[in-house]
Amino acid sequence: MTGTLAAVGAGLAVIGAGIGIGMVGGKAMEAIARQPEASGDIRGGMILMAAFVEGAALIAILLSIFVK
Amino acid sequence: MKYTFLFIILFVFSYAKSAYAQEHSMGKDSAVNQQAATPHSDEAHGSEAHGSEGEHAIYDPAATAIHHISDANVYTILDFVRIPLPMMLYTSGKGWDFFSSGRFHPGHHDDGHTSYNGYVLHQGSVHRVVEPGFPTEGETEIDGFSTKLEEKDGKPFDAKYVLFQGKEYRLDARSTLDGGVLGGGITSFYDFSPTKNVISMILVSLFLFWIMRRSAKAYKENPNKAPKGMQGLLEPVFTFIRDEVAIPFIGKEKYTRYLSLLMSIFFFILGLNLFGQIPFLGGTNVTGNLAVTMVLALIVFFVVNINGKKDYWQHIFWMPNVPVLVKPLLAAVEIMGLFIKPLTLMLRLAGNISAGHIAIVSFIGLIFIFGEAGTSMGGSLIGTVMAIPLTLFMMSIELIVAFVQAFVFTLLTASYIGAAIEEHHHAEGHH
Repeated sequence: MTGTLAAVGAGLAVIGAGIGIGMVGGKAMEAIARQPEASGDIRGGMILMAAFVEGAALIAILLSIFVK
Repeated sequence: MKYTFLFIILFVFSYAKSAYAQEHSMGKDSAVNQQAATPHSDEAHGSEAHGSEGEHAIYDPAATAIHHISDANVYTILDFVRIPLPMMLYTSGKGWDFFSSGRFHPGHHDDGHTSYNGYVLHQGSVHRVVEPGFPTEGETEIDGFSTKLEEKDGKPFDAKYVLFQGKEYRLDARSTLDGGVLGGGITSFYDFSPTKNVISMILVSLFLFWIMRRSAKAYKENPNKAPKGMQGLLEPVFTFIRDEVAIPFIGKEKYTRYLSLLMSIFFFILGLNLFGQIPFLGGTNVTGNLAVTMVLALIVFFVVNINGKKDYWQHIFWMPNVPVLVKPLLAAVEIMGLFIKPLTLMLRLAGNISAGHIAIVSFIGLIFIFGEAGTSMGGSLIGTVMAIPLTLFMMSIELIVAFVQAFVFTLLTASYIGAAIEEHHHAEGHH
C-alpha cells in the first residue's frame, strides 16, 4: 500500500516539475521573442531555473523510491 | 550508401543494448527460480542452480533495473568477458583479505561458483557468510543462491542465502555509511575494493588526462595556428564553459582561480556520463551513483564556503536591509539553503543519470514483459519491435542529458562560487 502511495507521490512530483519547467521554458521563449538580442542571457537563466525546479522534483522522486 | 551505413550502425547499436540488457534482466529470474525450487529439490537443483534455462519466472522490471544500475565487484562485458577486479575486504576480528575476484569464478549473472575465505560473489557484489558451519578458509565449491522475503525492523527485506552441501547459509551485504536509510548500514565486513565504478573512473580520468595533455602541448608548440584534431574538438567546449559559465557568473577578474575546478568537474562528469552510455562496455553508472555525486557536491560545498567573503556570510546570518524581526527567520532559511544547495547538486546528477539508465533497461524490459519472460515468441517479437525505437529514442535523449547535466552542474557550481565571492562595495544599496 505504501508502495502505491509512493508511486502516486512520484507522479505528483513529476506533474509539479512539468508545470514548473513548462512555465520557465514558455516565459523564456516569450522573453527571447520580445528581445532576441538577450537570448544568450535568457537561455542561461532558463537552464538554471529549470535545474532548480527539477532538483526539487528529483528529491521527491528519490524519496518515493526509498520509502518502501 | 551513406544511409545504409547509418542503418547498419543503428542496428548494431540497438542489438548491443538489447543483448546487454537481456544479460541483466535474467539476473533476477535465476534468484526467483532458485527460491521457488529450493524448498523441495535441494539436491536435484544443486548442480544446475546457476543456469535457469528450462524454467521461466516472472520478469521483475524494478529489480532488474536496480541490479543494472548498481556497482559490481567484477567488470562484465556482455556476459562473455569477465575482468576480475582486486578485492580488499576487512572483517573485524578476522583482518584483511586481499585477492582477485577471479577466485570466485564468476559465471552467468555474475554469480560466483566458488567461495573464497568465507566470501561469495552474488549478482556482481561481494557478500560474506555469517552463519557458522560454512568453510571460512580457501576456495570451496558452492551450489547457488536464493532470495527470501523477510522482515527486518518491520520492513520487508530481501534476505539472500547461499546453498552449500544442501544447506542454506545467510549472506551479509557490505557495510554502507548510509545509516540504514538506503537499506544498508554497518554489517559484519567492509569492502574497500576498487569496483567497476572505480575502474571506469580511473579509465576516464586517464583518457581525459591524455587528451588534455595532447591539446595543451599542441597549443604550446603551435601557438598561432588553427586547432586540429582533438584540440579542435575540445576548444569550442572549453571556451563555451569559460565564456558562458565562468566569466558571467564569477566575474572577469577572479574567474581564472576557479576555472580549473569548473573544467575538471565538467569534463569529469561529461566523460563518465558518455562512458556509461557506450554499449558493449559494461554500461557503468558512475555519475548515477550517489556516493560519487556526493563527493563532487562536497568538493563544491567546501570550495564555496572556504572562499566565502564577508558579504556572503553576512547575507546568511544577518541579512541587511530587512526588518530585524525577519532577520532570524531569513537566517534559518539561508542556513538550510547552505546544505540544500550541495544536496540538490548531488541528487540532480545521480537522479538524472540513473533515471536514464533505468528508462533504457525498462524499454528493453518490454521484450520480456510482452514475451512473458521468454515463453511467448510472438510477444517477444512485438516487444522487440516496440523496444528498439524506444531505446534508440531514449539513448539519443540521454546523449543530450549527458551534456546538459554536466553543464548544469558546472553552471550551478559557478553561480554558487560567484555568489560567495561577490563583494558589494555599497553593501547597504541592495541585497
